[in-house]
Amino acid sequence: MEVAPFGGVPENFLELDRAEGQGVMALRGKAQAPVPDPTGWLEEEVPRGLLGTSLGAFVGWGRKFSVWPVGFGLACCAMEMIATAASRFDISRFGMELFRASPRQADLMIVSGTLTWKMAPQLKRIYDQMPEPKWVVAMGQCAASGGPFAESYFVVPGVNRLVPVDVYVPGCPPRPEALLYGLMKLHEKIARENLALRREP
Amino acid sequence: MTRPLAGAEVAEGVQGALPGAGVKGEGGTIWVEARDLLPVARYLKEEPGLAMDCLANLTAVDYLDHFEVVYHLLSIQHNHSLVLKVRLEGREGLGVPSVTPLWKGADLQEREVYDLLGIAFSGHPNLKRILTWEGFPGHALRKDFV
Repeated sequence: MEVAPFGGVPENFLELDRAEGQGVMALRGKAQAPVPDPTGWLEEEVPRGLLGTSLGAFVGWGRKFSVWPVGFGLACCAMEMIATAASRFDISRFGMELFRASPRQADLMIVSGTLTWKMAPQLKRIYDQMPEPKWVVAMGQCAASGGPFAESYFVVPGVNRLVPVDVYVPGCPPRPEALLYGLMKLHEKIARENLALRREP
Repeated sequence: MTRPLAGAEVAEGVQGALPGAGVKGEGGTIWVEARDLLPVARYLKEEPGLAMDCLANLTAVDYLDHFEVVYHLLSIQHNHSLVLKVRLEGREGLGVPSVTPLWKGADLQEREVYDLLGIAFSGHPNLKRILTWEGFPGHALRKDFV
């Protein structure tokens, strides 16, 4: 039977599709091994001095209570993230109620849900658009390791293939309490990070 | 509860209306040759006694030596259902006519079957990959996919 694939598709649409496919394949080729977790600096001793102690601690304290997340809800974990932001669990107790629609105004990316390779370039772009300092929370098994889809042809086996992850919150999906616990752990990390002790990029 | 039609009776009706059509009835299913798919589907939709006005589902199955394209048809008017199947021999260069002129809902589902199983639908208005990206190696739901 004579069959013409792409019959009736405008050629410029196909150009866009092909460009998207090439971008995905290129990113997938580069992301074959996990990015190391940015934890090396946690072991280092804080240098003495004004930047290392008083001012640094003050800045860390300030950053800790003004983390603005960018919503990156991908799957069912996003429902728990939304519940965390709503009145019952109330993320605004931690100064985080401002879920930004723009990565340029955000400090924290909560990746909640299954990340597919087709979505991966967008995640990378959003992360790159966030201003320093920035943090990433991988929420749920899928974001942490690919979860049940880790062997799949279409799912990124862990967000740490693409971006450095600060806190992993296990669960499928994690309850809002678990996410809040992870965020409190992140707060500890942010408070420890200070001006003299820069984390590696 | 939707009543499944007897495939043999429907196939007899099809052969009466479209002499020479390659149709075979079995259980709640009728089997159609790919070349006769469009006229048979049109008959099933437009014959007042059948009035299959809803395409509930469209999918395909990989049986290693052949493929089957499966159409689940439903008549909202008469509350009965029928399964329409097309058998395709071989693994490469497979194709069936698109049923988008009859049921608009086939559009995305035919794209999905094309994307995941590599069966092309001739006459489809926008046949390109829908789930995987353009340039994805192979078709992901095929049994030989590694």
